Amino acid sequence: MTAAADTTRVGLVVVSHSDMLANGVAELAAQMAPDVAVLPVGGTEEGGLGTDYGAVVEALADADAGAGVVVLYDLGSAKMTAEMAVESADDPTRYTVVDAPLVEGAVAAAVTAQGGAPLADVAAAAEGASGETPVAADARPALHLVPDAVSAEVPLTNEVGLHARPAALLARTVAELDADVVVRYGDEEANAASVLALMGLSAPGGRSITVVATGKDAAEAVRRIEELAERGFDD
Amino acid sequence: MGCTAADVIAAIRAAAVVVQEHRDELVRLDQAIGDADHGENMRRGFTAVLSRLDTEPPDTPAKVLKLVATTLISTVGGAAGPLYGTAFLRASSAVGDLAELDGDAVARALRAALDGVVARGKAVVGDKTMVDALTPAVTAAACAEGTAAAALSAAADAAAEGATSTVPMVARKGRASYLGDRSAGHMDPGARSTALLLRALADAAAKA
Repeated sequence: MTAAADTTRVGLVVVSHSDMLANGVAELAAQMAPDVAVLPVGGTEEGGLGTDYGAVVEALADADAGAGVVVLYDLGSAKMTAEMAVESADDPTRYTVVDAPLVEGAVAAAVTAQGGAPLADVAAAAEGASGETPVAADARPALHLVPDAVSAEVPLTNEVGLHARPAALLARTVAELDADVVVRYGDEEANAASVLALMGLSAPGGRSITVVATGKDAAEAVRRIEELAERGFDD
Repeated sequence: MGCTAADVIAAIRAAAVVVQEHRDELVRLDQAIGDADHGENMRRGFTAVLSRLDTEPPDTPAKVLKLVATTLISTVGGAAGPLYGTAFLRASSAVGDLAELDGDAVARALRAALDGVVARGKAVVGDKTMVDALTPAVTAAACAEGTAAAALSAAADAAAEGATSTVPMVARKGRASYLGDRSAGHMDPGARSTALLLRALADAAAKA
């Protein structure tokens, strides 16, 4: 984990017409990604509803720790303001304005950024957030037959099960590993890289999930998830 | 005779006065189909433009247009900020370092402004936006021959007609598009403000 802590992470800027909305989204996303800069920019300079170009320009610079920034917006003119701010930057390629659902996109981007992913991956996570739902487990029935796949039944000992924060922790704990990890619950399966899909499994406390991992770090991935679940997801 | 920086400043001042006079009208238009902030946003933006023209009067037409652009971008708050900001910014680039603007320069500036607005807002003619006023204005200015005043006057007339044409339209862009068919029967406030601005600029240029 120390290796990941040393690298700079992609930052997020949440542009909204409303200060409260921007702050709320940033609060939610930051809870799942403690080391990611999630900066809210909402309302006009006078505190009314609207977008403040100058404040967005400042937030872009502040959120950029060296790995770039993903910018999310709420309504049309917030997008235009964000795009203008990006165009005015010295290096516009460091900033990506994403067309994504604001809440889901911010959460997915934050968790992906926490795992140390590059700008393009964080942007893709936000943009794919609306479509991230679990798929039927038999859509990929052969996975557990893949040579060297590691799997385990993992009891969820915490009260809330695979709720938002535990899902984010699980996604983060395997993000930096060289492994493809899927989590199954009931008839559904979620990619462990997608916190939204994990939440979509609705796996409650007291039940068990099945973790299947492939790749070089497969065993380590399963071990980490078992450990995390044993600790009750630090709840 | 062309429009100097001082003439352009005078025209922008006149436009600011017109925006203030029509604040309530623009609010009412925006109340009908949007979020009722267009009149106040434009008033705030042009009030800021006036005060910056007082403290730092630019010495070329392009610099005047650029000052208007940067001020509107940072003070308007709604969609009109990025859109008018982009329009004035592109217009500023289009006239380059000319000391005086003639009809050709005005036509080029309006064309560049329209291209900027379309690139920024992705609207086309018929979407019930300022593009419906600006597009015929660009064509009219290009056809008018001679002075900046003549080009602006032709543009203003065409923009007024274009704004009127938005009344029966169903909005396909911006907040008004959420209303669907209920947006028909109201003039688009952005098209109206575009027509007002061009009329004010034309009238001021005629006096220069």
